[in-house]
Amino acid sequence: MEKITGAEALMRALEHEGVDVLFGYPGGSIMPTYDALYDHKKTLNHILVRHEQGAVHAAQGYARVSGKVGCAIVTSGPGATNTVTGIADAMIDSTPLVVVCGQVGVAMLGTDAFQEVDVVGITSPISKWSYQIRRAEDVAWAVARAFYIAKSGRPGPVVLDFAKNAQTSLVDFEPAKVNFIRSYDPEPDVNMTDIERAAKMINNSVKPFVLVGQGVELGNAQQELRTLLEKADIPCGTTFLGLSAIPSDHRLNMGILGMHGNLGPNVMTNQCDLLIAVGMRFDDRVTGNLATYAKQAKIIHFDIDPAEFNKNVPVTLSVLGNCKETLAAVTKLVDTSKHTAWIEGFKPYNEKEYEKVIDRALHPKEGPLLMGEVIRKVSEASNNEAIMVTDVGQNQLMACRYFKFTKERSVVTSGGLGTMGFGLPAAIGATFGAPDRTVCLFVGDGGLQMTIQELGTIMEQGAPVKIILLNNNYLGNVRQWQEMFFARRYSFTPMLNPNYELIAQGYGIPAKTVIERHDLDAAIAEMLATPGPYLLQCAIKEEDNVLPMTPPGANIDEMLLEV
Amino acid sequence: MEQNKGTKLYTFLIYSENVPGLLSQITAVFTRRQVNIESLNVCASSTPGAHKYTVTANCDEHVAKMLTAQVEKRIEVLQAHYYTDDELFINETALFKLSTPVMLKNPDVGRMIRFHNARIIEVNNTYAVVEVTGITNDILSLFDTLKAMDCVLQFVRSGRICITKSRVEHLDEYLAVRESKKLAKANK
Repeated sequence: MEKITGAEALMRALEHEGVDVLFGYPGGSIMPTYDALYDHKKTLNHILVRHEQGAVHAAQGYARVSGKVGCAIVTSGPGATNTVTGIADAMIDSTPLVVVCGQVGVAMLGTDAFQEVDVVGITSPISKWSYQIRRAEDVAWAVARAFYIAKSGRPGPVVLDFAKNAQTSLVDFEPAKVNFIRSYDPEPDVNMTDIERAAKMINNSVKPFVLVGQGVELGNAQQELRTLLEKADIPCGTTFLGLSAIPSDHRLNMGILGMHGNLGPNVMTNQCDLLIAVGMRFDDRVTGNLATYAKQAKIIHFDIDPAEFNKNVPVTLSVLGNCKETLAAVTKLVDTSKHTAWIEGFKPYNEKEYEKVIDRALHPKEGPLLMGEVIRKVSEASNNEAIMVTDVGQNQLMACRYFKFTKERSVVTSGGLGTMGFGLPAAIGATFGAPDRTVCLFVGDGGLQMTIQELGTIMEQGAPVKIILLNNNYLGNVRQWQEMFFARRYSFTPMLNPNYELIAQGYGIPAKTVIERHDLDAAIAEMLATPGPYLLQCAIKEEDNVLPMTPPGANIDEMLLEV
Repeated sequence: MEQNKGTKLYTFLIYSENVPGLLSQITAVFTRRQVNIESLNVCASSTPGAHKYTVTANCDEHVAKMLTAQVEKRIEVLQAHYYTDDELFINETALFKLSTPVMLKNPDVGRMIRFHNARIIEVNNTYAVVEVTGITNDILSLFDTLKAMDCVLQFVRSGRICITKSRVEHLDEYLAVRESKKLAKANK
């Protein structure tokens, strides 16, 4: 057998795993790998980002929309530490990633060598698995294991710390296959006793309510979920990450859960007699005050991660497994049912929210542009079929509230970590993960500047990201909290902004600014009709607020409809 | 550590594959939940390839459950369980280095050593080395007594080791299930 370098082995192992896109940035300790990559440019499309954080967020965007494992490759030391935010983000949002970091040679490890950092030590607590490849012989096994761990069970990020000597030394390469690890069971058997109990609880329930999380998308159980909801006639609410698991306009979709969600689903959480959580983790932004959260209800929790059961909310029954299997099994046993009166009960709350909040956000008669109207118009202009990418803050909360979804896997947002700067690189990744779809990024003036260097990546790749910059000259979400909870003391939230059109021009990205309401439709149409990237800056009312809102720590059904 | 209201001393028995770096992953889970580890013992187990961690910590039962689940979530951890003292056979070892001149002057020192079933394993004219095994309280009571007699030069106490009273071997059962799953997968 012909001997090859460990770096070449990595290339072949990645190809063997079906990788076609890599987001990365070269540097000293990963140079042998980049040298090998030079011969694999046809099969491994390497996207040169402008900062390593961007590589990981782009890989996240790619993974979220494609359902495949996102792949990033960076050098040691600062290259590796720059990936930390993205790895932590992928961990809390269950995004499958493999991040390959260069590392100094094993002879130098522990000597404080140039660009040496303890990558495994740093990333262990924030990754699903972190492993140092010290010998070329381990490449095939480690890569196969990394991909298996990243994508199986509850997905997550895996880090491979690739020592330089392992990249350069020679090895007989044969691709490895890992589909079993003794100490790790990502495919737990469905427990039929639990399924029968769950079906019985659902059949006995008069006021059932389903909470839809990202687990439905991760498990590709969108159809199974709909079948259960429709057969048993159960209304549902979704988390932000679960938004596109069921079409926005489905008659049983009552809206969004949590702090900035819709009034109906939050109030009814505390009125239902059975709460059925599917692939969600009862985040504090969803539950509000735990002491009063759904105390009247029995709770069933479907999840593939046993560590989520009873973590935040004690449940009556936990059903372990991939919800694609468990939901299907339960559906067979539930009665065809009607809960007309219960579902009608959501209506007054929806109407109240529409009148007090939504109508005002979508149809303002005068004054500056509002975030809600911009977002809804972009959504409708794309036929509600686009992928929505958001940054973090008001732009995110508003986009999640007012963008509409008809297609699966259409949400890319930093839910758990709340990473400002996530949006722009994640949107780039999404264009590679779903090249046939329109990718709309909603971003604020704060978050855009956190990773603005990735405009260079967009320029070089011609990545067709439609950037909708909601510019209110504030770090808007913090400003809103200061307005509501800190006596309007706007401590370091007003921000002097650059001329974004000029910046876009510098990168050769077409751009336009909309100030007047009557120009908005035409500008959105032009953006969507322009091939490739586009920056649409919207001058947003400076003190636009995201409502309704459950104040932090308050009861989830006590939402403020106005400030 | 002072015991908070509602907390209790739990013993966590954790089995893992023998891979480097796992100890810090396990201790990090306790740290993140703000639980101090009281004692820790790591060694090979009776199952080839599997390592056994014995960890004691004060916490309430909900936290003990969460810690167990979070530890078990680490890829290379085979199994984790938590126990109270009544479910275990427990042992600890302590070594004392005592001053020989003080021992010779005060016959109570020798009396206390015999009373606690401790073993003298080395004597010279400067010091004596005494070994005792037992549970924490017995060992600490001997230490307090000897300390009061002003003869202790050094003292060290091991982490707790224990085996379960249960008639079921959870690890063996788990490994058998995993082995059959592996075969089923290979045959597919």
